[in-house]
Amino acid sequence: MNALKKLFGGNTRQFGMIFALVALIVFFQIFTEGRTLTPGNVINLFNGNSYILILAIGMVLVIIAGHIDLSVGSVAAFVGVFVALAMRDWGFPWWAGVLFGLVLGAVIGAWQGFWVAYVGIPAFIVTLAGMLLFRGFNQFVGKSNTIPVPKEFQFLGSGYLPEIGPDTGFNNLTLLLGLIAVAFVIIMSLRARATNKALGADVPELWVEVTKLVLICGAILYATYLFATGRPGTSFPIPGLILAVLVLIYGFIADKTVLGRHVYAVGGNRHAAELSGVQSKKVNFLVMMNMSVLAGLAGMIFVGRSTASGPFDGVGWELDAIAAVFIGGAAVTGGVGTVIGSIVGGLVMAVLNNGLQLLGVGADLTQIIKGLVLLAAVAFDVYNKSQGKRSITGLLMKNFQRNNEIKPDETTSTKEVISKEA
Amino acid sequence: MTSLDTQGDPILLEMRSITKEFPGVKALSNVSLRVMAGEIHAICGENGAGKSTLMKVLSGVYGYGSYTGDIVYQAETQQFKDIRASEAAGIVIIHQELALIPELSIMENIFLGNEPTKWGVIDWAEARKRSLELLARVGLREDPDTPIKEIGVGKQQLVEIAKALNKSVRLLILDEPTAALNESDSQHLLDLILGLKGKGITSIIISHKLNEIEQIADEITIIRDGKSIETLNVKRDGVDEDRIIKGMVGRTLESRFPDHEPKIGEVFFEVKDWTVGHPQIQDRLICKGSNFYVRRGEIVGFAGLMGAGRTELARSLFGHSYGRFIKGQVYKDGKQVNLRSVKAAIDAGLGYVTEDRKSLGLNLLDDIKTTTVSAALNKISNYSVVDTRKEFSVAEEYRKSLRTKTPSVEEGVAKLSGGNQQKVVLAKWMFTDPDLLILDEPTRGIDVGAKYEIYGIIQRLANQGKGVIVISSELPELLGLSDRIYTIFEGAITGVLDKNEASQESLMKLMTSARKTA
Repeated sequence: MNALKKLFGGNTRQFGMIFALVALIVFFQIFTEGRTLTPGNVINLFNGNSYILILAIGMVLVIIAGHIDLSVGSVAAFVGVFVALAMRDWGFPWWAGVLFGLVLGAVIGAWQGFWVAYVGIPAFIVTLAGMLLFRGFNQFVGKSNTIPVPKEFQFLGSGYLPEIGPDTGFNNLTLLLGLIAVAFVIIMSLRARATNKALGADVPELWVEVTKLVLICGAILYATYLFATGRPGTSFPIPGLILAVLVLIYGFIADKTVLGRHVYAVGGNRHAAELSGVQSKKVNFLVMMNMSVLAGLAGMIFVGRSTASGPFDGVGWELDAIAAVFIGGAAVTGGVGTVIGSIVGGLVMAVLNNGLQLLGVGADLTQIIKGLVLLAAVAFDVYNKSQGKRSITGLLMKNFQRNNEIKPDETTSTKEVISKEA
Repeated sequence: MTSLDTQGDPILLEMRSITKEFPGVKALSNVSLRVMAGEIHAICGENGAGKSTLMKVLSGVYGYGSYTGDIVYQAETQQFKDIRASEAAGIVIIHQELALIPELSIMENIFLGNEPTKWGVIDWAEARKRSLELLARVGLREDPDTPIKEIGVGKQQLVEIAKALNKSVRLLILDEPTAALNESDSQHLLDLILGLKGKGITSIIISHKLNEIEQIADEITIIRDGKSIETLNVKRDGVDEDRIIKGMVGRTLESRFPDHEPKIGEVFFEVKDWTVGHPQIQDRLICKGSNFYVRRGEIVGFAGLMGAGRTELARSLFGHSYGRFIKGQVYKDGKQVNLRSVKAAIDAGLGYVTEDRKSLGLNLLDDIKTTTVSAALNKISNYSVVDTRKEFSVAEEYRKSLRTKTPSVEEGVAKLSGGNQQKVVLAKWMFTDPDLLILDEPTRGIDVGAKYEIYGIIQRLANQGKGVIVISSELPELLGLSDRIYTIFEGAITGVLDKNEASQESLMKLMTSARKTA
């Protein structure tokens, strides 16, 4: 167990989530008699969930900053219907439609960000209003009809990497992508190791690093194999490609840029951040705006996949995205969360959904199971924190677990943490 | 019922060799405390000495079994498992942070958790009658229906006592009861405690205000580093403040500050006619036309009672982050600067270490290295991409130079002790390389050893030619540290004294009176 923990950086939460994901996949692979890890099913899984995962990327930033966005499903539908209309009735070519959709998302985001950041209305209220508002607009503008979108646009939601080069029996581009990913992972972790060593920071033992790399690269190569050997005409899906690019970009922003640091700072302690020169209003505005841009993108991908925009697109998406973020380890009180964690959280939900479907479990039971999984994942997290790990939930739980005080002269910290939220 | 000691005074409470451990720390080791019936017993000690922990053991906050040792109360060994059990025995603790609910009325607060009922329904008529009696006993003339948030802290403290009286208290524990009160409210409270003593209620009082303790206590038990050092009888032993301090710190006062030879240069920072309004209340000023200056290499103290407007002045200067700016100019190196935002203030070379470390100064979720660089991210980033290599080495550098006690700079700041947290906050502002650093209560909640180190850091900064402003409620600290001290009273600067002409008395006079000198 200790060795396993070392493999995953000693971070119980990440360890737990990745472990749960792998366990779920193995479980379903066995009980569906191998129908889970087939090229067709994996491609399907990605296609059917990429838009939720894209929302989860935006949502985790919103939640880290200490807000929530309930309007994402409605915003996605709103953008979807306008883009469909623009292409059908106003003569927009597909690429102009995409640009138009992103701009529309930004405008909606600016609207919501304005109320949240500059007027100071809680995001819960603003986006609850937005949820009604943009759903209503979607049905009003689209007259509650479905509006078809052109073939080129459908590529966005249901396209695949094209076949090029010699016939190798695999999809060449997918293979190339997989190999690039493997090379990227290896180079990055070796570089990080060298840097840490040079600085004199703690470096995990070599066998840990190597085993980790072998496992990750193995997983990537296996996924590449699955994607590259699907039925003819299919390969790595375009929505998956968009998702991968977004994960890289946003993971980088959250982890390595000043803006990302500011998001964590504002969510962790807004007052302290402001007194350190962080413009918290600007940060809140950008985070809310970004969420709506991603919601617009998710809406367009969904419209592309379902070949038409409809009045009930995106219903309930906000809940799936929020669940993914919390399963992925974010804290309700803000300041905690990672992009990659949210993706893993989203995949846990997706695999669960997919596996239960393959097993022929009904929608009713699926919902019950998903609800319990969400609760269990967060409960596991809270329990872990209360065992001495630092976190808001951990500090809050301290009141009820008197033996877990950190230090005698810190006896007021619980109160302070609570009052911080006010 | 009660046993007698050798002199024949009845002993109400005896705590025998109490030891309480937290993971990795022994908060109390073999502490003993004996309290006579009908006396006022003070407990003195530095922050973190274990006073509050001892009281939490007594009142059952740390229940029976989580400590070792015996509590003998009213001649019986007690095993309080929680607060309810100790309250049932007549022991009531009033915490430093008041446990009142601001939205509820005085009456509702008094009876919270203890509501008088008739057939299971709250009997408000009875509650009203009793609360009027209780309020009269504590000398508070307020309508029982007034919400708590509408009365001042002094009166809230009285409501707490009324609440305790309602529980038929025999032993009242007050943790820093006057810390947030002004002079007259404090005096009223102390008189009330003396009055209760006359009615046979025993009190244990924890306070840093040694003059108050000298005034009302019969006996004083001193705790240092989790051990009970001695118990003094105020009348018999002729105890005065110096005697108490000697017991608390275990050494004489002279060694509290590192030696320092100031190298003072020219005036480089000047504030003129600084006027700021209250953030909520119209027409009320929190800074009334303040003028002051700071010279290079100078440590300037700001003295004032709590609520005098010291923090308000500092925060309004630091990027207008508090109150409504009305007028005033700031000159730095002879040029006027506009400090309209925190960012502008930082860019202009100001730094501000807040008085409230945990709720305003730190993100408790962060680790040491991210905190250290958080106010100057631009210094470790290229095109707004953070260079984590630089981040680590910067944090490591400050960890070494400030001697922060931590296994690694990747440790979370929430895990550090108060002194080490303060060092991290200081590192954060030192890394912005300010010309003027404003330190608001820089040693609050920090033990003696760490205080000494922080003083050393402050002096080092001054030696580098920076100006340092120190705001502090502890006059000895200001006197020991500053080259010049301004006094503030009700938002106005009432005077300025040089190091050699300042004394506790002269400062106190200026801190409590209207403007005499400009």
